[in-house]
Amino acid sequence: MEGECRAPQARSSGLPAGGGGGESPGGDAPLPGSSGSSALLQAEVLDLDEDEDDLEVFSKDASLMDMNSFSPVMPTSPLSMINQVKFEDEPDLKDLFITVDEPESHVTTIETFITYRIITKTSRGEFDSSEFEVRRRYQDFLWLKERLEEAHPTLIIPPLPEKFIVKGMVERFNDDFIETRRKALHKFLNRIADHPTLTFNEDFKVFLTAQAWELSSHKKQGPGLLSRMGQTVRAVALSMRGVKSRPEEFMEMNNFIEIFSQKINLIDKISQRIYKEEREYFDEMKEYGPIHILWSASEEDLADTLKGVASCIDRCCKATEKRMSGLSEALLPVVHEYVLYSEMLMGVMKRRDQIQAELDSKVEALTSKKADTDLLTEEIGKLEDKVECANNALKADWERWKQNMQNDIKSAFTDMAEENIHSYEQCLATWESFLTSQTDLHLEEASEDKS
Amino acid sequence: MEQALPDPERRLQPAPLEPLGHPDAGLESAVGEEAEGARDEGPGDGSMMENNFWLKKIEISVSEAEKRTGRNAMNMQETYTAYLIETRSVEHIDGQSVLTDSLWRRYSEFELLRNYLLVYYPHIVVPPLPEKRAEFVWHKLSADNMDPDFVERRRIGLENFLLRVASHPILCRDKIFYLFLTQEGNWKETVNETGFQLKADSRLKALNATFRVKNPDKRFTELKHYSDELQSVISHLLRVRARVADRLYGVYKVHGNYGRVFSEWSAIEKEMGDGLQSAGHHMDVYASSIDDILEDEEHYADQLKEYLFYAEALRAVCRKHELMQYDLEMAAQDLASKKQQCEELATGTVRTFSLKGMTTKLFGQETPEQREARIKVLEEQINEGEQQLKSKNQEGREFVKNAWADIERFKEQKNHDLKEALISYAVMQISMCKKGIQVWTNAKECFSKM
Repeated sequence: MEGECRAPQARSSGLPAGGGGGESPGGDAPLPGSSGSSALLQAEVLDLDEDEDDLEVFSKDASLMDMNSFSPVMPTSPLSMINQVKFEDEPDLKDLFITVDEPESHVTTIETFITYRIITKTSRGEFDSSEFEVRRRYQDFLWLKERLEEAHPTLIIPPLPEKFIVKGMVERFNDDFIETRRKALHKFLNRIADHPTLTFNEDFKVFLTAQAWELSSHKKQGPGLLSRMGQTVRAVALSMRGVKSRPEEFMEMNNFIEIFSQKINLIDKISQRIYKEEREYFDEMKEYGPIHILWSASEEDLADTLKGVASCIDRCCKATEKRMSGLSEALLPVVHEYVLYSEMLMGVMKRRDQIQAELDSKVEALTSKKADTDLLTEEIGKLEDKVECANNALKADWERWKQNMQNDIKSAFTDMAEENIHSYEQCLATWESFLTSQTDLHLEEASEDKS
Repeated sequence: MEQALPDPERRLQPAPLEPLGHPDAGLESAVGEEAEGARDEGPGDGSMMENNFWLKKIEISVSEAEKRTGRNAMNMQETYTAYLIETRSVEHIDGQSVLTDSLWRRYSEFELLRNYLLVYYPHIVVPPLPEKRAEFVWHKLSADNMDPDFVERRRIGLENFLLRVASHPILCRDKIFYLFLTQEGNWKETVNETGFQLKADSRLKALNATFRVKNPDKRFTELKHYSDELQSVISHLLRVRARVADRLYGVYKVHGNYGRVFSEWSAIEKEMGDGLQSAGHHMDVYASSIDDILEDEEHYADQLKEYLFYAEALRAVCRKHELMQYDLEMAAQDLASKKQQCEELATGTVRTFSLKGMTTKLFGQETPEQREARIKVLEEQINEGEQQLKSKNQEGREFVKNAWADIERFKEQKNHDLKEALISYAVMQISMCKKGIQVWTNAKECFSKM
């Protein structure tokens, strides 16, 4: 039994924390029959392993959520859900590598659009091959995101870059816009790949691997437009009712999300503004150095000093340029992604509230109508499971998201500070060496005068 | 800045109200001596003994500025700023200073002093005054003359002007300058009594000379070009510097917003809270550090501005040379033509056109007596002309010699001052970089603890 448990530990993402999910799989495990506590641990591991195909670790997750888009299934056992308390990422065991590059413009009679090349490299068995190359356009990404949201209404789906920029952007296809979008799409897919649950989503796999015609036909399956519209109407109706009693922890979460959203938006604006000011500063600086060179042309004694100042200014100018590019590559995209995340989070809260509202309305119906009580009770039972499931998924994902957010923000700002330090250090060195050369000269001249 | 200025009554007598360079001055020898004496910083009257008794030094400072209201020439109420000028004499032995004079002057009186010096010392590069109105402002600086920062910078500029005059070997001896420092009431009347305004060369005359002069000293022509270039390049530099300052201000100040937002955000965070809060504090420090940095830079800009205005003083000396040279050329031309006329009359040949010649032709020859008379008049005129030409020539040469001596002095001063200014700019940049490194290092530490 142990042998069977131990052997296929290649993919342990999603392994429960209780079972020692943080430990590297295949590592030393306590022998059966040793101390009581470890036996218990083992027992849990064994129990869970018994429930599933141990080769397909992620199918455990499938038992919690309707993973499979072809057959939405209600979670069967609340017990198995409750055991699953934590999602953990296992970066060491990454087995799915995705890159997004090579934007290409396509012109048809109706429209012009951009496609991006997506290369996937994987060692996972469920993929037919180990390498895939496909082309996707923004619409396809949107489709994927919607499918993920449907399949996992209370998981925090990574955000997509905006459809279009409202202000400032005249040309939809200018190079900067395309590059920014490409990077964001790359991030989007990789975040999905890193997510313990989403990474095994079937639509995700299709997105990464299917050829263009395969994708279109796949898209046509699944809930149609009318049923989607029907869902939306119901959702709106439910949200109108409001949430009767949101559990305390979700109230806190909601509060956090509201304030976080405000603050991150402000930080986004501030960061963009800093970039703009830096750019304008750089533009003026470019003109500043050369004037000193111009001046040196009409001077004799001052010429060297003036040229020295000019060269210092030019070097500081370059340092500013570097700082700016650091900002636009590291800080701005991260902050902006979290702006989009905050919108996403509000959506997640709403969906969770809707699921609860569904339950609440049925409960109300039960207490008032007194008709079809049996049917209602059954429905309520299912809905209760659904709510519980949704809440737990959200809680777990929330913790994961917060941890990631903390790391991302921390490293983005630390990097920015580092860039600034480096930039100032460069400028300092430049001016100090200029000063040394001037005072050395001065001492030389002074001693010449004396002699 | 200290300056040796011995007993005023004796010192300034050799430099009377008809100082050097006055168009009517016949004091050529005194002029020469003055110039010589000035360079040696010794007494102009040739007495060597005085040197050893120069124990007193004076300090000049423009120590305060005050808003005043009064009535102007048209009897209208006006507000102006008055500046307190204090002169101290420093006893050499014990180094203590004693306040000898203290009076209030306004900007227009400084202008009057300078205009006087320009007329009476045309061969000197007269130090410029600080700007009348604020130019090259960037958005945070006020263009208002009453703005306290502007007034403060002007106060420093006026003090600098007085120190420059007091340390100039020739200008420091001027009586009007001395009275400016010591005689509060009636000074304006005293200046006006010198009649300097009448003696000033008219702009039109100067412009005319500039265009028509044939043989100016090449060095002055080159100097004129140099001063044009200097003015143009420094204005350009100051303009761009102001824009750069503006942008830098923006960059720093926007970071201050991080401080506020981080602080608000930290309220909802548990682990990140402390790091955010303290990082925010450093952002505030960063944002506020720019104010001092840019204030220091304004002083640097003022140093450059002084030399921007000096360019005009250089041009004034060049203009005077051109005027004198043109005058000389005209006098020489006039003399030559008179000589020609005389010769023709004497020999009877008529080569040059003259009205007398024409009328003679038309109405008959003049009598020998008439001709004699005319020749005599012409000969007198020629004599006078030759004297005048000789003295003009001498004046011209003296002017060139003295002017060029002062220009060389100015060049050295300029090179020294501007070099110092540029070095001080480097020092400012170094200080700014060090502050930046410190703030961001602190911020980085806070971020990494989040």
